[in-house]
Amino acid sequence: MSTPSRYWREIPQRYRKEANRCAPCDLIYFPPRLICPECGNRALEKTVLAEKGSLMTYTIIRVPPSQFKDQAPYAVGIVEMDDGVKLTGQVVDCEFDKMHTGMRLQMEFRKMYDVGHSGIICYGYKFVPEY
Amino acid sequence: MRDVAVIGVGITKWGEIWKQSLRDIYVETALLALEDAGVDRVDSMYVGSMSPGLFVGQEHIGALLSDYLGQKHIPAVRVESACASGGVAVRMGFMEVASGISDAVLVSGIEKMTDVGGDEATYALGSAADQEYEGYHGLTFPGLYALIARAHMEKYGTTREQLAMVAVKNHKNGANNPNAQFPFEVTVEQVINSVKVADPLNILDCSPITDGAAAVVLVPAEKAREMKKPVIKIVGSGFATDSFALAQRKEITWLEATYLAGQRAYGMAGKKPEDLDLLEVHDCFTIAEICVTEALGVVEKGRGGAAVEAGETALEGRIPVNTSGGLKSKGHPVGATGVAQVMEVVKQLRGEAGKRQVKDPRVGMTQNMGGSGASTVCHIFEREA
Repeated sequence: MSTPSRYWREIPQRYRKEANRCAPCDLIYFPPRLICPECGNRALEKTVLAEKGSLMTYTIIRVPPSQFKDQAPYAVGIVEMDDGVKLTGQVVDCEFDKMHTGMRLQMEFRKMYDVGHSGIICYGYKFVPEY
Repeated sequence: MRDVAVIGVGITKWGEIWKQSLRDIYVETALLALEDAGVDRVDSMYVGSMSPGLFVGQEHIGALLSDYLGQKHIPAVRVESACASGGVAVRMGFMEVASGISDAVLVSGIEKMTDVGGDEATYALGSAADQEYEGYHGLTFPGLYALIARAHMEKYGTTREQLAMVAVKNHKNGANNPNAQFPFEVTVEQVINSVKVADPLNILDCSPITDGAAAVVLVPAEKAREMKKPVIKIVGSGFATDSFALAQRKEITWLEATYLAGQRAYGMAGKKPEDLDLLEVHDCFTIAEICVTEALGVVEKGRGGAAVEAGETALEGRIPVNTSGGLKSKGHPVGATGVAQVMEVVKQLRGEAGKRQVKDPRVGMTQNMGGSGASTVCHIFEREA
């Protein structure tokens, strides 16, 4: 089991959606990077992700990793946010047969999984149909 | 740079090998390659292996395996690039012989995956994806390729049946491979009706968990010419990487690292896709073979599924792909896969492929891919006239 620091240091991204942006390229990076892979710029500025986007592709996970056993089957998709950033995340609160590419989604703060009986509870973003 | 040839190849029966340990499987396989090469001592060793640490709790296997192979004191190191570990090990050996540093290099790949249970194996394989931003959301390896599959189906009209036909074709080839883990045929209906794993992929779209190893011996081509066997040269080697997480690629259905590695290998070899007589590619999932054939330019972009349906990539087709049975039927002991691909192409070019022999091939290519496509290594082989 990892120490909680591994979880804790990702909180700015998972709770607050902190990203950064390369102004010359007009590209947003999530998770934030130290260097722009397109132009080499190191002076990236802080920004926050858009909250809404469209579903690009998705799958229904039926054979899950052990920490997700109690959630399966569940949907995971790639969502193109309105600021152009593409994110991987679960799509919830939607019947599988109503799910389709192009559908509008928005982020919500949810529980992801917990680490055993005495371990930490892990949170982050999931996607729900836009409301 | 010197010309490099493959003079020895070895493989053992793949599957769930309960009775043998990592080191025993390795030694048995490596000895077959040394015997085929007619050498008993090599200058150095590369071992492609994705995660002996997670699968058997053993790191530092370069030294372990050189010791047990009776090659103590030689340089020996493990090479890791997820599922491309074996192919990258071949590239390391190629560069070492080409540079003149060594005259005989043993390149092998191995994975002992069944010493852990299914959950732990899934975890180990998942470590090739982005743990913080893919794995954290419950995305699995079949899930990653399922995301590619759905996008490909919606963009190009690739059908569920066409995905299944990749498995059907590869199992048909694998049925004639005595070393394959699953040497039997399957039907489109069986694939589509098999257990769902990650929609739209079912279990028979996925390569299995396998124990196994493969080994090849590389020498300067001038040395190979002294032997009685056909001289099979490595004429091209290309290696490329891409955005690590699938979501961050410019196009989800396009394997840019495979395209670039292919272009680099074609460039070094002075060959074009039309010059190839056969390919061994990384069909870890049925959709992967479709995308790979497109990225390597053997079929038009978007036509990968249609090409399988038309039989273009069948054993008797325009360009046979995965004559060995591929990862799907032969098995996928992760680190061994890239080396076994080389072995299949060498066997084909020598004319030793038995019932699955392609008619008189001269040029063959291998493509070995890591993760959801963030690493790819390609090699082109040619039989000397």
